[in-house]
Amino acid sequence: MTETTHKQMAFIDGSRLITEACVQAGAEVFVGYPITPANLLYSYANQRYPAMMAAPDEITTLQWMTGYASLGKLPVTATSFPGYALMIESINMAMMMELPMVIILVQRLGPATGTATNGAQGDLNVVYGTVSGGFQLPTFCISNLQDCWDMSVKAVETALKLRTPVVLLTSKEMVMTQMSFDLEKLKPVSKQAWKLFNNEMPYQSYGAGGDLVPGFLPVTQSEHQVRFTASTHNKEGILQNTTPEALDNTRRLKAKLDLHANDFLEYEYDPQEGSDAIIFSFDVTAQASREAVQRLREENQKVSLLIARTIFPIPSMYHTILSKYKHIIIAEENLDGQYRHLLFGSHHAGHVVGINAIGRMIQPEEIMKEVRKNG
Amino acid sequence: MDNRFLIDSKDLPFCKGCGHAGVAQNTEKALQKLGYHPLDVIFVTDIGCHGIIDKSLRSHTVHGLHGRSVALAGGIAAGLPHNSNKKVVVFIGDGGATIGMQHLLVAAHHNFPMTVVIHNNMLYGMTGGQPSEFTPCGFNTPTAPNRSAVGAIDMVHLMEGVGASYVSRISGIGDFSDELAEAFAHPGFSLVEVMEICPSYGVKSNPGMKLKQVIETSGLQLHKNTTPRQAIEKESYTGFIQSLITEKLLVKQEFQAVRSGTVRILLAGSAGEGTQSAAEFLAKTAMLSGLYATKKGHYPVTVGVGFSAAEVIISDKPIFYTGSTKPDFMLITSQDGLDYSMPKIKNSDKAVILLDASLPAPQTTSSVVATDMRGKAGSRNAAMISVFKLIKDYQILSEESLLTAYSRNKLSAKVPVETFTANI
Repeated sequence: MTETTHKQMAFIDGSRLITEACVQAGAEVFVGYPITPANLLYSYANQRYPAMMAAPDEITTLQWMTGYASLGKLPVTATSFPGYALMIESINMAMMMELPMVIILVQRLGPATGTATNGAQGDLNVVYGTVSGGFQLPTFCISNLQDCWDMSVKAVETALKLRTPVVLLTSKEMVMTQMSFDLEKLKPVSKQAWKLFNNEMPYQSYGAGGDLVPGFLPVTQSEHQVRFTASTHNKEGILQNTTPEALDNTRRLKAKLDLHANDFLEYEYDPQEGSDAIIFSFDVTAQASREAVQRLREENQKVSLLIARTIFPIPSMYHTILSKYKHIIIAEENLDGQYRHLLFGSHHAGHVVGINAIGRMIQPEEIMKEVRKNG
Repeated sequence: MDNRFLIDSKDLPFCKGCGHAGVAQNTEKALQKLGYHPLDVIFVTDIGCHGIIDKSLRSHTVHGLHGRSVALAGGIAAGLPHNSNKKVVVFIGDGGATIGMQHLLVAAHHNFPMTVVIHNNMLYGMTGGQPSEFTPCGFNTPTAPNRSAVGAIDMVHLMEGVGASYVSRISGIGDFSDELAEAFAHPGFSLVEVMEICPSYGVKSNPGMKLKQVIETSGLQLHKNTTPRQAIEKESYTGFIQSLITEKLLVKQEFQAVRSGTVRILLAGSAGEGTQSAAEFLAKTAMLSGLYATKKGHYPVTVGVGFSAAEVIISDKPIFYTGSTKPDFMLITSQDGLDYSMPKIKNSDKAVILLDASLPAPQTTSSVVATDMRGKAGSRNAAMISVFKLIKDYQILSEESLLTAYSRNKLSAKVPVETFTANI
């Protein structure tokens, strides 16, 4: 008998799991724009979301999504770098308006149009720098089929709880490769709640209490005047120049993420006692890393593993964990180690090594070789 | 709450003589004539002088990016419940309408229930008087004093062309609340272009020129056109929609695996010849024997031409990494597939290569088995017959599981199993 006996094994792709999880968690509309390799998500969305809008272009996609969010309907889209790049100003708008949404970014090989049907992990910097002024978007990354489910729910939960656009980062192979998967591993999902105005204080569109998140009211209600604005604004949502109140409101956008950082901290840490080396990875390369760790341990080579699921804001926990090791090996499918540079800067110490590739998946053997070298 | 839409209609944040004030005052009057309550109206504005009206409004306000207000409002209008009593009004300048012209076309094309009011003062006012695509012949601006050759886009005419069901161009002088009320009352999409002259830049750059004169000489006649359209395009909620996670996805174990370990198989053929389907079939057949399986597709951006390849991994242990640089088997059924596979063939020395007999044998230390697949099963079934041959000749899986899997495959309704079993 094999390990799969008696399990609810299905042959499934990540796009299906992401779509189902988002809808079960409370996403109400998918605004789609055709772009490879996110088209499978578009296709499933058409079958599953309560509402589906086929947008004519990338900017319209984000604008329609923001309009939906102002009604209290959580929108989702799926794109890749070329589309994401065009959406950036509108993502800033939604972030400033504090309107929630989930943007699934399926990475492919760049630059520019690159190779649409080839995966990559090259959009870390663009996501990191999406918002002008040093602000961050909560960004989760999918490292296997289980994450397709769990991180989708987390993305919806975080978007609604913190009233912010959330990026769900993934890549071509993660959303398109079919795999056998035990459906019993899918945890039940409950509909996630919006942070609603609760009458505990006089309503102001951007009046926030101790949790630093303003209570939401849709523009469809007729009790309170609601203002959403992309420009620097006061608590009432009225455009200001640089008044202290308005700048405090702008600072709050970062402070609310800092305050709730532990609520959206997601990672996988598999330490091995006595190991000096740790492999750090994310997305599809996490799978190669898991295999590398398994095979190395079979060789009695000691090694630890850290998989990032929360990508941004960069959790301080990652530094806490990584600082315990003499050798840090960061595997990511881009030219020169984008996440490595974001973590350690461009002139980091020699004990931090990158394994990188473009145009192909990083293989477990490449990671194993580096660990053996340092082991 | 009373029915005033403006906090103080006499104290508006515009330059003296600006037509934007008239638009705001007439809008209030028009909405009052129609009996709207201020909180039943959602104003969507963007960047430009018109957008600073927000703080003077008592309705809901959504203030977005330069030129994008129509698209932003489109999301609101499309998402409103059916039979909603809410009114979506977009204020946009001619500069914004220039930047976001496609958004206007799309909103009209979809017949979103909303009214767009273009404040057309024929230039970008907030940024110093640059020309827009609405700047007419003979109308000077500070940064383009001799811009007369290009002329203005006739937005009203353009909108008619994409099916706008209500369009009008009016002069922004005096009481035009009835004209606005008619547009606001129109079901579906409506657009009103209000002609103005910017007192700060338009008047100074065109001394003595009157609005009436500009309209007459520009060729942009005051105009109204109503075209009935029945359908208002809105998304529809269908209630419960079936989950994507269904029993149909399950592949339950019915057979015993005939070998242990991990096998990596590359299928490489041409687009449209069933390579992806055959790979998926192979993976699911393995699952019938309780094995883990993955299938990773690879293809160019073209849909119906070029190579189509898939990497299948079958294992009795969970699979993490889904790639395979050195496949154990390569099933190559076309020249496209062979070309695609060459790097992997060069990288392999112990693979078994099932190669269609029509193809030239590559130089390799791997074992090349030439076999007629395209000729016997047809090009569209060549990938499938290669899977049959793999399982039969190399006992990757049991033949019993293969035949059971095929009987459940939709291809079996069109292609009898003997096409494969009799020809391998």
